[in-house]
Amino acid sequence: MKEVFIEFFGMQNPNVRYVVLGSVLLSISSAIVGCFTFLKKKALVGDVVSHAVLPGICLSFIVTGTKDPFMLIIGAFITGWLSILVMDYIVQNSKIKEDTATGLALSVFFGIGILLLTVIQHSGNAAQSGLDSFLFGKAAALIGKDLLAFGLIAIVILATVFLFYKEFKLICFDPDYAEAIGVPVKKMEMLLTSITVMAVVTGIQAVGVVLMAAMLITPAAAARFWSDRLSFMLVLASIFAALSGVSGAFISYTTPSMPTGPWIVMVLSLIAVFSFFFAPGKGIIIKLLKRRKIQMQLLEENLLKSFYKIGEITEDFKAARSNAELKEVRRFSSGQFREGLNRLAKQGFIKRNNGTWSLTAEGLQKGRRVVRLHRLWELYLTKYLRIAPDHVHEDAETIEHVITPELEARLEKLLEYPDEDPHSSNIPYN
Amino acid sequence: MIEQVQNPALEIHDLTVSYDKKPVLWGIDLSVPKGAIAGIVGPNGAGKSTLIKSVMGLVPLSSGYVKIFDEELNTVRKRVSYVPQRESVDWDFPASVLDVVMMGRYSKVGLMRRLRKADLEAARYALQQVGMEKFEKRQISQLSGGQQQRVFLARALTQQADIYFMDEPFAGVDAATEKAIIQLLKEMASQGKTVIVVHHDLQSVATYFDWIIMLNLRLVASGPTEKAFSQELLEETYGGKLTLLTEVGELMKKGQYPTREKQ
Amino acid sequence: MNDLIIIVTGSLVAICCGILGCFLILRKMAMVSDAISHAVLPGIVIAFMLGSDLDSIWMLVGAGLVGVFTTFLIEFFHRQGKLQTDASIGVTFTWLFAIGVIMVSYYAGDAHIDQDCVLYGEIAYVPIDPIITDSGSVLGPKALIVLSIVLLVILAVILPFYKEFFLTSFDPAYAAAIGISATIWHYLLMSLVSITTVASFESVGAILVVAFLIVPPATAYLITTRLHHMIGLSCVFGILAAILGYYIAYWIDGSIAGAMATVAGLNFGFVFGWTQIKKARPVTSPPISQD
Ligand SMILES: Nc1ncnc2c1ncn2[C@@H]1O[C@H](COP(=O)(O)OP(=O)(O)OP(=O)(O)O)[C@@H](O)[C@H]1O
Ligand SMILES: [Mg+2]
Repeated sequence: MKEVFIEFFGMQNPNVRYVVLGSVLLSISSAIVGCFTFLKKKALVGDVVSHAVLPGICLSFIVTGTKDPFMLIIGAFITGWLSILVMDYIVQNSKIKEDTATGLALSVFFGIGILLLTVIQHSGNAAQSGLDSFLFGKAAALIGKDLLAFGLIAIVILATVFLFYKEFKLICFDPDYAEAIGVPVKKMEMLLTSITVMAVVTGIQAVGVVLMAAMLITPAAAARFWSDRLSFMLVLASIFAALSGVSGAFISYTTPSMPTGPWIVMVLSLIAVFSFFFAPGKGIIIKLLKRRKIQMQLLEENLLKSFYKIGEITEDFKAARSNAELKEVRRFSSGQFREGLNRLAKQGFIKRNNGTWSLTAEGLQKGRRVVRLHRLWELYLTKYLRIAPDHVHEDAETIEHVITPELEARLEKLLEYPDEDPHSSNIPYN
Repeated sequence: MIEQVQNPALEIHDLTVSYDKKPVLWGIDLSVPKGAIAGIVGPNGAGKSTLIKSVMGLVPLSSGYVKIFDEELNTVRKRVSYVPQRESVDWDFPASVLDVVMMGRYSKVGLMRRLRKADLEAARYALQQVGMEKFEKRQISQLSGGQQQRVFLARALTQQADIYFMDEPFAGVDAATEKAIIQLLKEMASQGKTVIVVHHDLQSVATYFDWIIMLNLRLVASGPTEKAFSQELLEETYGGKLTLLTEVGELMKKGQYPTREKQ
Repeated sequence: MNDLIIIVTGSLVAICCGILGCFLILRKMAMVSDAISHAVLPGIVIAFMLGSDLDSIWMLVGAGLVGVFTTFLIEFFHRQGKLQTDASIGVTFTWLFAIGVIMVSYYAGDAHIDQDCVLYGEIAYVPIDPIITDSGSVLGPKALIVLSIVLLVILAVILPFYKEFFLTSFDPAYAAAIGISATIWHYLLMSLVSITTVASFESVGAILVVAFLIVPPATAYLITTRLHHMIGLSCVFGILAAILGYYIAYWIDGSIAGAMATVAGLNFGFVFGWTQIKKARPVTSPPISQD
């Protein structure tokens, strides 16, 4: 295994070099373009274009009679562009909706492509063999000439994005505003479409028709989980794409029966799924952890509140309390009860004396604050929301944990530092 | 000014509704008497549509409950009708006016059964009531906005329900039609049906409704129009922005706080 | 005889797809069907590995489940991950398709599916693949029989519940309000789409199923005003595409399925052009008469 690793990443073998560099270049340029189509909510445009290049390739072959990559790419470019125009025209001039137009353009262009391809194949023209690599990709068979093409196109795409970064950003987020401040929106959109088509036309040779969509969409979707900023998103998407480009090439290098393109997409998808679960902020697991943290906060504050309430009755806040006394004020599940008390003790809000617990000064202050917020909010609800006093308790049970010190100050001021809540309980201040 | 009634047609108790943990309706407590024509007013984004949707069980409740004729919604569903906001559907749909109105009969007819002659008659009658009988074969996209609204109304009427919830049924309807429809609703109310209408035109509130619900994130007023429809309460509904409430709502969304703690 | 079998097979695909496609495009779910048609690939490979035949009933049941799973996954990413729908569709189906292709490569040799077949099928082979009963009598071409069964299933679901599908497609909120849950019908429709996809897979391939699902219904949508007319007309357009497509393919010696999709596209083009011309021409009498 180790030798394979060194062999692969040493890149002594030119074939390996071509495949790796090709895959990476292709992945990155698609990812960058994909971020923009993603943000324009036109993620599936890439899918349409990738299906629509097939007739162009075939037509170009029929017309020129050669497999000159340059000619093929021009043909592909033309029909790719055409499919987008057709789609937009249909949506704008009939009641047909965008998703239908997308599926329509995609399947009809592809149908025509398949028809032409099979006609060419059946014609007995020997030069045609290999045309179908546009269908399924041939990442593992990339050669120096392909690399040159990828490199050139990657540079064109990167340069375009670099030059028109501001304009692209504007037309993605706020085309109306862009129009208003004099950005040539139409032209910019044409430019963006052109580099999209370009990225697709080249990428398709590596991963094939169907999976091309993933090269555009998936890195952007994954990056979106990590960041709201476009610049950061572009960088992340490129990193994800490069990573999967290398992994795909590596896997098919170690296991030659494994296709490169699908593995690139596989790795990309796994990155996306990982981001979906673990990305900070938006990831599901992170959200669950956050929820757990909040539950702990609620538990701790409710316990402190119980201490305080007993203190109110006995007029002695710092005396030791037994478990039974605490549970009388409020029901807790016994597991939570123990966990909460232990945490509070560890944080220094309560003290453990054998078998009983007592508030520290900090604990008292915190407990008092929760009770104060509860009663202030009850008062606010009755005064400003006209909610009957017997209905406000439940709501205040939540909000007492939510209010920040800044809001607390405003609330107090608004209510003019009241003494009593709607149930005539005393509102305690420090 | 929140008046509760005995034996109400609609009772909403301590209702809080949130989108993504952010409450857009706070602690709504109200009841509407049977046979009332009630108007719901409030500025854009006040939560009027949300209130109706939560009554119809279309959005989850964060707290509280809703009772219709003192029952759960599911047990009285056949007695309840609903007119959604017109923009909520795609009017390019290949359906005729009659097709849409007949939908009102689906719950009566039941699963797997075909519509009967009686259903057709009921649909035609409802179209007559809203003055659309001449359009029954027309495709719904070839109607004006006001006519589409009337089709929705007719669909609700064919349900022959006992309580109607209507989300802005007069949006885009001309004055004459609006008057005719209100007349129709008043007739229905006099037969003991209850009608609850989201309405935007404050000028006509006093003449249209005998019960008024004023809403803006929270309930400002719910009571007989002559008592509750006052300048002061209107100002509170349309003017008074409760920034504190909104900010607390934002905090709840940010921290994903549960609206109610589970005990 | 073979011509007839191929045309009938194509027409069966066209009818199954024409019926379902109408509901799909009206629910704005055209691209979900595209996703399903690709995503069933791993399901098919798994069923293959478990030893079932490409035409067996289990394959259809499995396909139904995979389709529902795909729909569910798309919605899961969309709801839980707040990923926009189009991206969610794109991420899901490419991922599942990649898994499928990897599995095919892994079991290459064992499985009689290759990528060509997945993408564009080979309807020309339908007549030479008959079902032979235990007693040895020839029942007829497999694809034909399977597709007939699928059509019966579709009719058995859509006909009795036509009004529920109609209502939940037009106004799901109202449907829910009167106690008709849109969710059930949604998933039922998606399973029907998956079953149809798998049944049509071998003959027309994934992408051309999409052509049949979307293009004839979209064509019919342009010129009809009632749902049942739209369904009927989209079946007619589909069958037309199947027949003409077959002869064109025969004539220029190309893929039959490709030709069928091309004809469907041309057909759309004509109808679309016609509606455009009608729109552009000065109207002598207003379309909405003021009565
Ligand atoms: N599906 C949703 N997801 C998130 N927020 C929503 C959703 N629907 C409504 N809201 C928000 O909830 C609030 C209340 O919306 P609602 O539609 O009930 O207002 P409304 O009173 O009916 O307004 P209008 O007069 O414009 O119809 C608004 O702030 C709106 O932005
Ligand atoms: Mg509304």
